[in-house]
Amino acid sequence: MVYKKVLNFSMTFLLIFILAGCGSRQKIEQVLFGGGTDNEADIISNAIPGSSQDFTVNVGDRVFFATNSSSLDGDAKAILERQASWLALYPDIEIIVEGHADERGTRDYNLALSAKRAQVSLSYLESLGIQADRIETMPYGKERPVAACASEACWSQNRRASSVVVTDQ
Amino acid sequence: MKKYAIHYLLLILILFSFQTNKTFAALEIDVTEGNIKPLPIAISFVRDIQNKDEDLGINISKVIASDLAGSGLFYPINPKAFLEEIVSLDKKPNFNSWRVINTESLLTAQVYYEENDRFRIQYELWDVVAEKALIERELFTSINKWRSVAHVIADAVYARLTGESGYFDTKIAFIAESGSKINRIKRLAIMDQDGYNPRLLTTGNDLVLTPRFSPNSEDLVYLSYRNGQPQVYIYNVDSNQTYVVGSFPGMSFAPRFSPDGMKIMMSLQEGVGSNIFEMNLSSFEKRRLTNTSDINTAPSYSPDAKNIVFESDKSGTQQLYVMDSQGNNVRRISYGTGSYSTPVWSPRGDYIAFTKISKGRFMIGIMFADGSGERIITDGYHNEGPTWAPNGRVLMFFRESPGEKGGAMIYSVDVTGYNERLIDTPGFASDPSWSALLH
Repeated sequence: MVYKKVLNFSMTFLLIFILAGCGSRQKIEQVLFGGGTDNEADIISNAIPGSSQDFTVNVGDRVFFATNSSSLDGDAKAILERQASWLALYPDIEIIVEGHADERGTRDYNLALSAKRAQVSLSYLESLGIQADRIETMPYGKERPVAACASEACWSQNRRASSVVVTDQ
Repeated sequence: MKKYAIHYLLLILILFSFQTNKTFAALEIDVTEGNIKPLPIAISFVRDIQNKDEDLGINISKVIASDLAGSGLFYPINPKAFLEEIVSLDKKPNFNSWRVINTESLLTAQVYYEENDRFRIQYELWDVVAEKALIERELFTSINKWRSVAHVIADAVYARLTGESGYFDTKIAFIAESGSKINRIKRLAIMDQDGYNPRLLTTGNDLVLTPRFSPNSEDLVYLSYRNGQPQVYIYNVDSNQTYVVGSFPGMSFAPRFSPDGMKIMMSLQEGVGSNIFEMNLSSFEKRRLTNTSDINTAPSYSPDAKNIVFESDKSGTQQLYVMDSQGNNVRRISYGTGSYSTPVWSPRGDYIAFTKISKGRFMIGIMFADGSGERIITDGYHNEGPTWAPNGRVLMFFRESPGEKGGAMIYSVDVTGYNERLIDTPGFASDPSWSALLH
């Protein structure tokens, strides 16, 4: 457990260095305050550490994609890195990565695109050391939007991969 | 008779060549950019004096008139204009009194009630110019099938006068939608082609999508989340039985029957990509048809089953491709601006209908199987998912209105782009699939 925390801290600092290199003050703060350790989580939330609420509120459960794209941008990678750190802290937890698409595509293609987004997110988590058998993917196509307006403001929220915690510790 | 056959053949040729402004005086059909003047037809059924309020014959005649008018090719004359009342089919109509009201065709019929809630209907289609019977037929069935009988007669009239087979005695499988946009409830449903007799087949507990009829119209192949991971299932419409079409590690989706009904094609998710497979429904052996890391989906057979059209994003955007039934000789057929998806091969084999997305707009279009002759049939915020009438002359698709209160509705439209009609459904409806002719 101790070495995992150390690992987690070192990953956090590694992230800070990477992000500092990009010159993004905001992102550094996000990483600092949203980081995966218990103390830091307590600063902004009373969520039980290791709970799905902890994951959603303190880690960030979703990443976003450009139209028709399944590429992970810097923001998406940062979130997934935090997810990986958190998952490393709680090795018994399994997640489902739900892939989603906005409504501006046809049904079959959006199913495949959402599957691809979930798969790409899974692969990235795997590359960060999370075992693939802890992660399931579930493609939803354009069937489960979180925002309903007919503009980019909503579509951009719907093009996402959301990680859902299956078992709480 | 022969003369008429040739005339109607010509009419059809003109109708679907779209490059003529000729007027066909003999039939009073005016073809201008595919917009035709409907052919007048008088529909006069012998009245049932005893059952004025529940006159089965009159009810049937109204459905026939609605079918024929709905095709856009016929103009049923208001019965108030009739100069003769048909009181019996035993004697010929007075053709003069029908010519006076400018009709060339007259449909007459009489209903006879039989035992066990059954009835017989005798009907005749007359060419009032040549003073000849074009059809003389009789049907016998149970009273509760009266709407089907009407559709069968409308199909016979349509076929005799246009030279094309009809499409009225058909059903539509679709997804009935309810609930809010962010938590839509979707159910498998079927209805008659004209929106009557809607029937919900699933409870709405599981998300279901993309139903497609088998060639004999007895089964639907569709996508369901009933066991978690989205998988392809078959639903038998008569027995209400469902079974999964194989179990796969990833999602199986975009299913469609082969023209002989013995196989289905679908996509299987493989890692980040999706590939097209064919599955034999008796041996459950699967055969790979594409093998790339792209999104290859929405396969549709040509009616002779020799070729398959599908969509792939291998070029960077979704485009249409045709391959042979072995998965070889893959060639791209869509080259316009924007992306192309949901290809469906016409039952006639001539056209491929598709959804086209360009500059943020969603269109329904058709092109020949070699990719030439592309024409857009409807264009707007969101049109998607065409399906062909069995005669390949009419399409249905769904149109989604934008925003939180928006939703999908099903429309029909001629391949000419004219005669667009909203299909009346109990609520929002999407993913239509047109059955073959039922009788």
